[in-house]
Amino acid sequence: MDKRVLLIEDEPNIIEAIRFILARDGWRVDTHADGTTAFDRVAETRPDIVILDVMLPGRSGFDILRDIRADAGLGALPVLMLTAKGQVKDRDLAERMGASRFMAKPFSNTEVLASVRELTGA
Amino acid sequence: MIAFDMLVAICLFYVAILFGVAFLAERGGRRGSNAWLRSPLVYTLSLSVYCTAWTFYGAVGYAARSGLEFVTIYLGPTLVLIGWWWTLRKLVRIGKTQRITSIADLISSRYGKSNMLGVIVTLIAVVGTTPYIALQLQSVTLSFAVFAAAGAPGPWQVVDLNAAAFSVAVGLAVFTVFFGTRNLDANERHHGVVTAIAVEAVVKLIALLAVGIFVVWGIGGGVQATLDRIEASPLAGMPVAPGRWIGLTFLAGAAILTLPRMFQVLVVENEDERHLATAAWAFPGYVFLMSLFVVPIAAIGLAEMPPGANPDLFVLTLPLAQGRDGLATLAFLGGFSSATSMVIVAAIALSTMVSNHIVMPLFLHWTRAGATMSGDVRTLVLRARRLSIGGVLLLGYLYYRLTGGSEALAEIGLISFAGVAQFLPALLGGILWRGATRAGALAGLTLGFALWAYTLFLPSFGEGAVMSAGLLADGPWGIGWLRPQGLFGLDGLDPLVHAVVFSMGANALAFTLVSLLDFPGPMERLQAAQFVNVFDHSPAGQGWSQGRAEAEDLLLMAQRILGADDAQRLFQRAAADQGKQGYLPDTTPEFLRTLERKLAGSVGAATAHAMVGQIVGRSSVSVEDLMKVADETAQMMEYSSQLEAKSEELARTARQLREVNEKLTELSVQKDAFLSQISHELRTPMTSIRAFSEILMEDDALPPERLADYSRIIHQESMRLTRLLDDLLDLSVLENGQVSLHPQPVSLSDLLDRSVAAAGGRSGRAPMAIRRDPAAERVDLITDGDRLSQVFINLVSNAQKYCDAADPVLTISVTEAEGRVAVDFIDNGSGIPDRSQSIIFEKFSRLSDPRKAGGAGLGLAICREIMVRLGGSIVYLPGRGGAAFRVTLPSRCAEAA
Repeated sequence: MDKRVLLIEDEPNIIEAIRFILARDGWRVDTHADGTTAFDRVAETRPDIVILDVMLPGRSGFDILRDIRADAGLGALPVLMLTAKGQVKDRDLAERMGASRFMAKPFSNTEVLASVRELTGA
Repeated sequence: MIAFDMLVAICLFYVAILFGVAFLAERGGRRGSNAWLRSPLVYTLSLSVYCTAWTFYGAVGYAARSGLEFVTIYLGPTLVLIGWWWTLRKLVRIGKTQRITSIADLISSRYGKSNMLGVIVTLIAVVGTTPYIALQLQSVTLSFAVFAAAGAPGPWQVVDLNAAAFSVAVGLAVFTVFFGTRNLDANERHHGVVTAIAVEAVVKLIALLAVGIFVVWGIGGGVQATLDRIEASPLAGMPVAPGRWIGLTFLAGAAILTLPRMFQVLVVENEDERHLATAAWAFPGYVFLMSLFVVPIAAIGLAEMPPGANPDLFVLTLPLAQGRDGLATLAFLGGFSSATSMVIVAAIALSTMVSNHIVMPLFLHWTRAGATMSGDVRTLVLRARRLSIGGVLLLGYLYYRLTGGSEALAEIGLISFAGVAQFLPALLGGILWRGATRAGALAGLTLGFALWAYTLFLPSFGEGAVMSAGLLADGPWGIGWLRPQGLFGLDGLDPLVHAVVFSMGANALAFTLVSLLDFPGPMERLQAAQFVNVFDHSPAGQGWSQGRAEAEDLLLMAQRILGADDAQRLFQRAAADQGKQGYLPDTTPEFLRTLERKLAGSVGAATAHAMVGQIVGRSSVSVEDLMKVADETAQMMEYSSQLEAKSEELARTARQLREVNEKLTELSVQKDAFLSQISHELRTPMTSIRAFSEILMEDDALPPERLADYSRIIHQESMRLTRLLDDLLDLSVLENGQVSLHPQPVSLSDLLDRSVAAAGGRSGRAPMAIRRDPAAERVDLITDGDRLSQVFINLVSNAQKYCDAADPVLTISVTEAEGRVAVDFIDNGSGIPDRSQSIIFEKFSRLSDPRKAGGAGLGLAICREIMVRLGGSIVYLPGRGGAAFRVTLPSRCAEAA
């Protein structure tokens, strides 16, 4: 298994938790905490899936998602969005903007794992 | 045989008596005494001005020529007075409430104060009345001639007859000017004249009755014998023509309403409309007596007098032939009375119309500037009246001279009747039909008058005089159906009936049709309502007098428009300027102009002019109606200002609502943002806790160091959650003002000691140096020490967390001034960027990495709330090198004081 996940998240403990869960399942996990440079990192690393937090320092996760969907090469990339706000309008917005899946924090570890597998077809 | 000189002397004596009567009545009228002068009896007798010399002498002639037809002349008025009592009352009421001065004024007023109509009616009246006046002059001169002829054939012949006519005209002019224009009465009443007329009415009745009695019993030999002689006379065989009967009755009935002199005595001179009730039976009684002996005199005259004798003069010539000089003189005086009373009243009525509708408008038009300069319009009006009287009598005299005075009296009278009857549609339509319009009245009057002139008046001058014989026989340009006396080929009709049918028919038709097609202007509609519904609008009261009442009414009106205070001030000032005390200035042109200008500011120039004109001048809209208009204006103005106030209030409310709504929207947005923030702040630690606890639960093979790490994370995040909840609760309590402070004396240095200690050190980093000035800190406060130290701890720990200097130093300095203490916390870090300084006190405003913060970003928000509660403040001090906060508070907490 050589699948790669790019986790864009700024909360260190959450980064640690997700990395552990996915790594244990055999995923290679890259992390990135800064919103402003996140899209470049996606384009650069070309992961199999992006786990994207909404509240990021510097730039909103929605903006990053829009850039990804607008990019010709990255347009089809699965994006799992995480948010701690969990309001309905955020979920609607995420779906409109093309998020592959939307999960509210706190999440279930198995669900995250299952979603990542499902979205990548693994 | 009575001498001519004697007759003249008697005449002059009689006139002197009339002068005396008129003078006494005038004086009595002004004093308000002589109640009998204002009795229904005098009113009824004054109506007898209807019975002119034409009636006195002419009725006998009429009977001698046409039999009983003369009765129609009395039948018409009788029917009108008895049957149309209600309409007469309406006319009189309108005349009073609208201060009508003449029939021209009535018609002009009714149709929107159209001066054009006034002029036309005046012209028709003058044209119609002039022959009638000539007729009176003729009858007087003829009666003189009878005496002259009966006496010694003296040197005075035709020339002297003309001189006599002229002197009669001049004498009448003098009398009329003297009593008709003594003053300008507001109501155009002439007590002197009316009383003199009443006396003359008695004289002519007695004279005619005396002659009749003499004829029946003196000559005829008793009632039965006289009846027999009548039966034998040509009168009995004279046919009764139904068409003429109906036409003449109609004309006579119309005449009592439309003859200017009848309108004058019936409407203008009326003192009290209840007098009409008496006149309704008394006047028919009077004319009955006047006509009682007409037939006997005619029958016996025809039998006794030589053939060729003028039957028009039988009343005079019969007694003379019998040698009854006294009776003849009485008959002469009766005829003289009839003639003079008619001429006097007609001259007054016509002069009023001419001066009001022709002379004054022209004068004012030509000398617009001069009129305002002269100041006293009354003198001018009086002068115009006097000139008009002179003019009217001169016209009559000229007509008499020109026509040679040859025609039968009755025909002239009937032509006159038919002429003024043209007023009837406009008059009756005006008071009975609201839809009648000015254009309709104009059309009807002009058409009717033209047809009357064409079919009756002009032909009456005789063939070749005005109309050629050819025109009369074959029509203009030979068009047969346009022949003046046979329009549309109607040849069989009597010329008079023909003229009446066509002129009145066309008049009424044009009046009705044009009125129906036309739409009346606002003034017309107003006047129409005033006239037609006069009984709804007006009390049956008496007119009011001029002078003071005028100023009072102006004041009343002005008060309603300007408001009481302003109006009274204006009037008082005007009175003072005239050197008078009180609120009632003379209504001088200057004052009226000022008032008008002032009113114009409120109601517009045109209305103001009309209103002042209504009260000062004599015109159509009654003062009460103006008051109503003024009231309505005031109400409307009040209403509109109320509306304005209401709409202002509404606008204010709407503004407030908008502001509240904006605030609510803002609050709702803030609330959403706050909830969203709280959700985020709660969910973030919960996420870590849940994720790691799941890992711990599921993964048995976890290495021990990881186990320890993850357990610590769970613990950390739990603590973070707890802190967050504490802060939220704290903030909520502070914001809701539910916090209870416990002010007590504290030492600032103790507080700072405690706070610095509580803030703790910097975990895993070089300790921060804290510089303090113990001397300055020796300040005693009365405040809630725990809350204040909460602020201090926050600031110290913030400095420890965020100061990014290599050797962090926090300087705490204290200054005290005017009962307020300022404590500054300044570190040597990079400080807070300018753009962020404004938001650091907001909730959840966290500038840095959340890992470093360890809080939810509520610290400074809580500090600010605490300082507000303590009566102080906390601000960020820009430009102090590092992060700098100043806490200011009163040395005695407000709640402790």
